This record gives sequence, C-alpha cells and structure tokens, in this order.
Amino acid sequence: MTTTSEPLIVLEGVNKHFGPLHVLRDVDLSVARGEVVVVIGPSGSGKSTLCRAINRLEPIDAGTITFDGRPLPAEGKSLARLRSEVGMVFQSFNLFAHKTILQNVMLGPVKVRKEKPAAVRDRAMGLLERVGIASQAEKFPAQLSGGQQQRVAIARALAMQPKALLFDEPTSALDPEMVGEVLDVMTSLAREGMTMVVVTHEMGFARHAANRVVFMADGQLVEQAEPEEFFANPRSDRAKDFLSKILTH
Amino acid sequence: MDVFTDPDNIETYTTGFLWILKLTVAAAIGSGVLGVLLAGMRVSPVPVLRAFGTGWVNVFRNTPLTLIIFFCYFGLYSALGLELADDIDLNNFWLGVVGLSVYTAAFVCEAIRSGINTVPVGQAEAARAIGMSFLQTLRLIVLPQAGRAVIAPLGSILIALCKNSTIVGTIGLMESSTAMKDLINANGDAVIPIFLVFAGTFAVVLIPTGYFFGWLSNRLAVKR
Repeated sequence: MTTTSEPLIVLEGVNKHFGPLHVLRDVDLSVARGEVVVVIGPSGSGKSTLCRAINRLEPIDAGTITFDGRPLPAEGKSLARLRSEVGMVFQSFNLFAHKTILQNVMLGPVKVRKEKPAAVRDRAMGLLERVGIASQAEKFPAQLSGGQQQRVAIARALAMQPKALLFDEPTSALDPEMVGEVLDVMTSLAREGMTMVVVTHEMGFARHAANRVVFMADGQLVEQAEPEEFFANPRSDRAKDFLSKILTH
Repeated sequence: MDVFTDPDNIETYTTGFLWILKLTVAAAIGSGVLGVLLAGMRVSPVPVLRAFGTGWVNVFRNTPLTLIIFFCYFGLYSALGLELADDIDLNNFWLGVVGLSVYTAAFVCEAIRSGINTVPVGQAEAARAIGMSFLQTLRLIVLPQAGRAVIAPLGSILIALCKNSTIVGTIGLMESSTAMKDLINANGDAVIPIFLVFAGTFAVVLIPTGYFFGWLSNRLAVKR
C-alpha cells in the first residue's frame, strides 16, 4: 500500500462533447483515498458522463484524469488493467445474462486476473453472502429481482478487489422497495473505507454516507461541500433551485 | 419402383447422399468458423478488419454459388493448379467444400452480426469495466449471447447449405442430384418415382432439422 496522502482520482480541466453538446466543461475534481463523493444534479448535467469518464468508458476530449498517480491509459492492455482496478456499478445492472450469479462474480478474477477458480469461488461465495444473495448463486440474472441483481453487480465489482468503486445511478432503475437493500450494501462499503464516486438521486444516502457532495449543472461542477453544509446552506442559485424542487415533496 | 430394388441403383443413391452429408458437415464447420471470424472482424475497432469483413460479405453473398464452385474448379484447380487431394473425387469434394464455405460464411457472418446487435451494449460495457480485452469481451460475453439469439437463422442457413451442396455435382462429384440425373437417364420410365425419392430424402432429413433448431433456439434463449 502507498502511504502518501495524494488523491486516488484526479480530474483536471476535463472537457467532453457529444456532437454540439458540451457535456463536461472544465471539470476539476479530486477524490481522496477512502473518500465517498456523491455527485448530484439535474438530468443531463453530465453526472453519468463524469462517472464513466473515470474508467474511460467515455473518452474525454481535453484535460487529464489520473488514477492512483498515473494518467489514464488511452487503450489496450494498460487500460484494461486500470479498469480492473476500478469497479463499476451500472444503472441497469448489466449482469452477464447467459452466466449464473456465481459465474458473474467469478468471471473477472478468473479470466482477467487469471486467478485459480477454486480460490475465487470461495471469495465469490463470501461476497454473495455479504450482499445476501448466496442462496441464489446458481440462478441466472433474469430470475432475480432488480435489487438482488444490483447487489450481485456490487459483488461482481468487489470480486476484483478494486481500489475504487464507481456507481452510476445504481438505484434509479429499481422499484422503490428495493432501493433500501442496495443502499444498505453501499453504506456498509462506505463505512469500511472504500473509495466511492456515486452518481445518485438518493439524497438520504448523500446525507448519511457521503464525505462530500458535488453538485453539477450543465456540465459544470457548480459547488461542492460536506453534505450537512450543502443541504443546509447551498451557495449557488442552481443548487438552491435544484434542492427546492426535490426536497419539497 | 423396380429402380430401387437394383443394388447398383441403391448404391448410386446412397453414394450420392453420402457425398451430400460429407459436403454439408465439412462446409458447415468451415463456414461456421469463417463466419464467426468475419463477424468478429465486422464489429472490431480495427478499420482494415472491418473493411475486409464487409468486402467478403459483399463479394461472396452477391455471387451465384454456381459461379463460385466453377471458379474453385476452373480457377483454383485448373488454372492455378491447386490440388487438394490425389483422388479425383476427393479433390472435387474439397474444392466444393472451399466454395461452399466461403459462400456460406458470408451468410453466417451476417446472421451472427445481427445476433450481436441483439446483445445490449451494457453487456459489453460491463465486461470492459471489469478489465476484459476486446477479444475476451467478444468471446466470453457477446458471441455466446449472439449465438443463442441466432440459432434459428443458423438452422436455415444449414438447411440451405445442405441443398446448395448439390451444386458441387456441376464439377463432377457424384452427389445426389448427379446420381438422380444418372438414374433418370437410365430409367426413363420411372422419372417421377426417382424424383420423388430424391426430393423426399431431402425433406425427411431437413424438416426435422428445422424443427430441431427451433426447439434448440427456445431452449438456449437468453432470458433478460
């Protein structure tokens, strides 16, 4: 382990366009080891793109992103290696539909890291136990509820023993009664010191689990603060407007 | 039906269909492997490979199979001297397999490519996100799901391949249609029965094949 206090993820002057749309505008952000950063903001503000840029699922047009002291590789083996160190949890779960739950969790360590299947199996079962799905290990993703699938997706990401986890609206596709079970897992990860970047609309999670809230609008990082400070005293008009719309219901 | 009591005629019949069976099996393997490779090329991030795959499909899918088989014989064998076996029948057989494979691979490629389009983009993203390379993503995640989605169309291609293999008769292999022609020439009084027996044999084998692929397609379908 490195003992430096240098941040794990650093974005500097990041810009990204989708055609004429300027989705990320001069974004600077750094995330310390063990920090939980929640990114909130209105739809289309660039939150998801920001999250996906960190493991280069979205390439950026300008600026730099460094992870663990190294700039993000453009492609090839070194990019694949970086991605294996950054777990990602998607809005639509994206579990491998033709593989069982256990195979989903084991595939990365066995195929990417070339670890021994027997050892990976134990670790995978342990992770499934932890997220409460161990009894479903032999089922296929379509046989599970959305909340269960998302917990498997978290276990799949954890199986790679990542240095950081990215969550791209992990509860937005879930029925309301299943949101809690996913947030519980995420909260316990946050408590254990996992570095997390979480794009979400769950203000409750932002309040109690985040170290820092980042507010985005129109591709810009408008303000960032500790959750209590942000929710009690938002400084920008955009944030005030956003919070007034979501917190009055 | 005296025709089919003569042992010589029976042998003509069975030899003909054995060639068809061998052509179908060999060309199915050849076009299957080639078709998957071509589909991989057509979705690859490398422009040269994409262009190669597209070129292959456009050339071979739009050229009549008879011309391709003729080219294998008169072009590859007669003009360029490519000899695939010492035995004349076996040489014609392998030339036929080459022609059938390059032709059918174009259709297999397009079927698999349409299957790839049924796999949600999130599947490949999730694979890349855990650090898989392009080839791993294709081999472990995308192609297995794409393949299951196109089992029924692949069955249709196999059936077409089986019937198309009669065209190898044009370069001198005694496959079933040539066998039928010979029997008809020798037994002008039994044209209709001979025809019905040969056509019926194809139907008896191929109709269940079609149902089998339909059943397999349902059984292996990926639930989403």
